[in-house]
Amino acid sequence: MTPCALPSPRTGVELVDEYFIENRTRLLEVAAYLDRVDRAGDAGAGRDFRMRAFREALAVLAQDAPGRTERVQMVFSDPTTEPLPALDQKSARGAYDRWNEAV
Amino acid sequence: MEYIDLHAHMVSRTTDDYVQMAMTGCVALTEPAFWPGWDRSSADGFEDYFRQITDFEPKRAAQYGIRHYTWLCLNPKEGEDRALAREVLRRIPRYLDRPNVLGIGEIGLNRVTRNELATFRDHVELALEHDQLIHIHTPHLEDKHKGTRVIVETLLEYELDPGRVLIDHAEEHTLEMILGNGFWTGLTLYPQTKVSPERAIDMLEMHGTDRICVASACDWGPSVPVAVPQFILAMRRRGHPDALIRRVVFENPAEFLGQSPKFQLPEGRGMLAGAAA
Repeated sequence: MTPCALPSPRTGVELVDEYFIENRTRLLEVAAYLDRVDRAGDAGAGRDFRMRAFREALAVLAQDAPGRTERVQMVFSDPTTEPLPALDQKSARGAYDRWNEAV
Repeated sequence: MEYIDLHAHMVSRTTDDYVQMAMTGCVALTEPAFWPGWDRSSADGFEDYFRQITDFEPKRAAQYGIRHYTWLCLNPKEGEDRALAREVLRRIPRYLDRPNVLGIGEIGLNRVTRNELATFRDHVELALEHDQLIHIHTPHLEDKHKGTRVIVETLLEYELDPGRVLIDHAEEHTLEMILGNGFWTGLTLYPQTKVSPERAIDMLEMHGTDRICVASACDWGPSVPVAVPQFILAMRRRGHPDALIRRVVFENPAEFLGQSPKFQLPEGRGMLAGAAA
């Protein structure tokens, strides 16, 4: 059990009772999204750095240990420490390109 | 329940949004200076914007019983242009005495470039020179962890009171480095790119309520001006008592913002008034 500053007022079973359906729905949305990308039949999508990171994040979800949210955040994060020499793009894209295959 | 929205870009919102916020308990908000979605062409454009958020917008909010406060800066999205930044910073001091200006913000980083960092440092030094509170934006998505770390490390180079600085848009992987260095922080209730009410509650349960605020950051993008009352509902659904919720949505922002003598709550809405209710 993860130590908490504010213990949850609800028991684990109560949390399942209250929130299971909406999270089941979210899981199906992710499954449907992956099927949709597959159905498009574009091999490039599978090599896209964002989808590579996405699959790594899915593996984190399946781990049976607390701290999944922070680990998923780090899967998508830029691990470098030095500022960029100049602005390359105005907005973030959701995942750091560790494979150097910007699309 | 009464609340303070510490981050709302009301120049992008309609009067209907003010109505919804007032009807759901908003008594005060603060509007950090922001990027309009396109780069301004001159410092004159910023001056017009500063007039809007220090003159027109407080009057519009007052029509709905909401106190409007603001922060001034050149936003990180435009921080790459050093010449423009220098000119805007030269003009900011003449607005600092306006009655609704609480400090310098939302400064920070966007893509974490050398120029952005130089512009950030200029803003921090301006704030320290004029003894202003500081409100800081952290980058989005994959840039958040790196950008927050650079911001925290840069701030630690200055002799400043971290209790007068709020580093905003914290998420699970950045919260500890902000709080652990004594700064205030904000959890942004913003669809898709930031934090849901449920995740904000998770972070509060794990870290406690000290020096943490929540805000809508409603702007011109997909965002929710009544995100704070939605958070209140989510907290009640999770089983948390109203006294704890009030600490997050009212007492904490009042404590941080109250470090500026300009920040005044409406009559009868002080810290003790709510606690006795």
